[in-house]
Amino acid sequence: MAPAPLEAQQTAPSSPAAETRSRSVLMQGNEAVAEGAIAAGARFYAGYPITPSTEIAEALSRRMPQVGGTFLQMEDEIAAIAAICGASLAGQKSLTATSGPGFSLMQEMIGFASMAQIPCVIVDVMRGGPSTGLPTEPSQGDVMQARWGTHGEHSVIALVPSGVRECYTLTVEAFSLSERFRTPVIILSDALIGHMREAVTLPAPEELDVPPRTEPECDPDEYDTLVSTLDNILPRPPLGSRYRVHATGLVYNRRSGAPDTGNPEVANDLGRYLREKIYFHRDAIARVEEYEMEDAEVAILAYGSVARSARAVVKWARARGVRVGLVRPITLWPFPTRAVDHMAEQVRTVIVPEMNLRQIAWEVRAAVAGRAKVVDYGRVDGKLITPAEIEALVKEEFYYHKWDAS
Amino acid sequence: MTALVDRHALEEQCTSCAPPRIEPQPTHEIVKWLRATPTIWCPGCSNGIVTRALIDAIIGLDLNPDKVVVVAGIGCSGRVAQYMNCSTVHTAHGRALPVALGAKAADPELQVIVVMGDGDSTAIGGNHLIHAARRNVNLTALVFNNSIYGMTGGQMSPATHIGGYSTTSVYGNVEPAFDISELARAAGASYVARGTPLDYRQLVHLIAGGIVHQGFSLIEAMSTCPTYYGRFNLTADPAEFLLTQKERAIPAAKFEEGESRTRDRYPVGVLHHAERAELIAGLEGMRLRAREAMEGDGG
Repeated sequence: MAPAPLEAQQTAPSSPAAETRSRSVLMQGNEAVAEGAIAAGARFYAGYPITPSTEIAEALSRRMPQVGGTFLQMEDEIAAIAAICGASLAGQKSLTATSGPGFSLMQEMIGFASMAQIPCVIVDVMRGGPSTGLPTEPSQGDVMQARWGTHGEHSVIALVPSGVRECYTLTVEAFSLSERFRTPVIILSDALIGHMREAVTLPAPEELDVPPRTEPECDPDEYDTLVSTLDNILPRPPLGSRYRVHATGLVYNRRSGAPDTGNPEVANDLGRYLREKIYFHRDAIARVEEYEMEDAEVAILAYGSVARSARAVVKWARARGVRVGLVRPITLWPFPTRAVDHMAEQVRTVIVPEMNLRQIAWEVRAAVAGRAKVVDYGRVDGKLITPAEIEALVKEEFYYHKWDAS
Repeated sequence: MTALVDRHALEEQCTSCAPPRIEPQPTHEIVKWLRATPTIWCPGCSNGIVTRALIDAIIGLDLNPDKVVVVAGIGCSGRVAQYMNCSTVHTAHGRALPVALGAKAADPELQVIVVMGDGDSTAIGGNHLIHAARRNVNLTALVFNNSIYGMTGGQMSPATHIGGYSTTSVYGNVEPAFDISELARAAGASYVARGTPLDYRQLVHLIAGGIVHQGFSLIEAMSTCPTYYGRFNLTADPAEFLLTQKERAIPAAKFEEGESRTRDRYPVGVLHHAERAELIAGLEGMRLRAREAMEGDGG
């Protein structure tokens, strides 16, 4: 099916016919995030313009009112994430999008969302940093900030798309995870993925896992006696309901919801719960894609846009009879430790190319724990790591191979 | 020659809303709106009086308790969210307004009341305050202005008067203070009022007026902090401190035009009440236009 003209795409998703079947379209990564959010049932966006994420705001300023939702351009990124926290507390699936400088400003309220257990989605289209950095060039420099950017012990989920279709599907998944775990979910896109256009076939709505925002069904008095467990995270009643809930950034008693900052047991219970509610489920949450890994001697572990170059290298190497595979984390946080652990048992070398200086390589080293050699390779010049650069690293690991003859 | 548009010409005096006469309730009715007592506030603090005035206004307007949402920031005033028996959010420092805006836009049926302090609303949250006022979003902002950071132990705030003493202005404050009501009015708030805990009935009436008004309302309650502000600047005696408001609070009608507010003399009452384009209604209009445009394109 030929890609639909751009104008048609902009209105097609809202027509009933288009929403009942999968469709093939030419789309930009940032536009795919916006459409994924609509498909996931998000009806509230608040943001602040920033390159290279602005197209998400532009698309949603057009789309949100069409579907009865709200688009707000706020005074800054702090206000943007504060507004989506408020909207989510009022019962609406909500998102914001930004890039490095705005992501830094959002850290305060990401902590609030973690603490108060507010489902929401934050899209960080990464660019070179720190500070204003390289506004129009891609980077993967925010991966550790996504994990540890806000102060204090907390848990977070972060997903990394490596193509336009994944910008769509992972946005849908981000909402599903944020609702299920009542936690902020971060999508780590980058300037390359966000601005790239690809012809993609989007899944039909019935193929998507779109859980609705659930509300408790019991009496308010009964609700007050219930407490979330690791296997049963209770739904949060919306603001303005008979449950009259209190959301707070203070340490609170998980049973009553009331703030309690003078009791070490209460603080310990909450602090560990906030971490464990994600970590307990990390094997179910953390997804990786393995490509040509069955008999691989050397693995390339790459994520996001760099994984595209890495995949080309695997094809190139396999065509020459060299056993190289790709492990591509789709979920970066919680870190897919089990998959890396499995890989460490199999390969002799793991090559970790990334558009930062060893941020994830350190995490890989910890999981590999000396069982394989870890080769890290980083760039921070705003340029994509090319297949040729990774090929050179592969050649070093197969120095005995007659490369010219193949 | 470019024609200058007077922003105030776009506004009209609001005559469509006025709160009913409200009789203050006995304590046993007030406590139904409280989750937990005692409060964290120092003896002699008038935050409790302002909170009670808010509850009296809510009861007097017969608001549905299940639909009232109180969103607060951080500081002494922030604790109101924890104490009120309705849906409440105790946000981060300065962030109450954007959280409240998100909640109100997501569910316009909510009656959202935002409680902030002077530092909360004009220092760390100052940008949010001017933009909430500019948007004229239908929220009621109740600012507890005690002219000092009380929770952290008495540091100067943007509302501390010039020459004022605090733990961070031990030689006297050299910075002029914000006039919070004028700031909100200049930024576009369509209902602005100032009241004192001394004149309790007036304060209740002013808060109720803000709640019934359709637009961004700001009520500046001149809360008294004898523990820090009073002890450093005026008097540590709570009653004596409150009684100074008798001389200092001048009815708005008697406040001379062109006179600026000082620590010793400030106007009280409804300072500004106008009709102006409101955000939540604007968003609803935008949704209708977006749908019409979409249907016009043939779906």
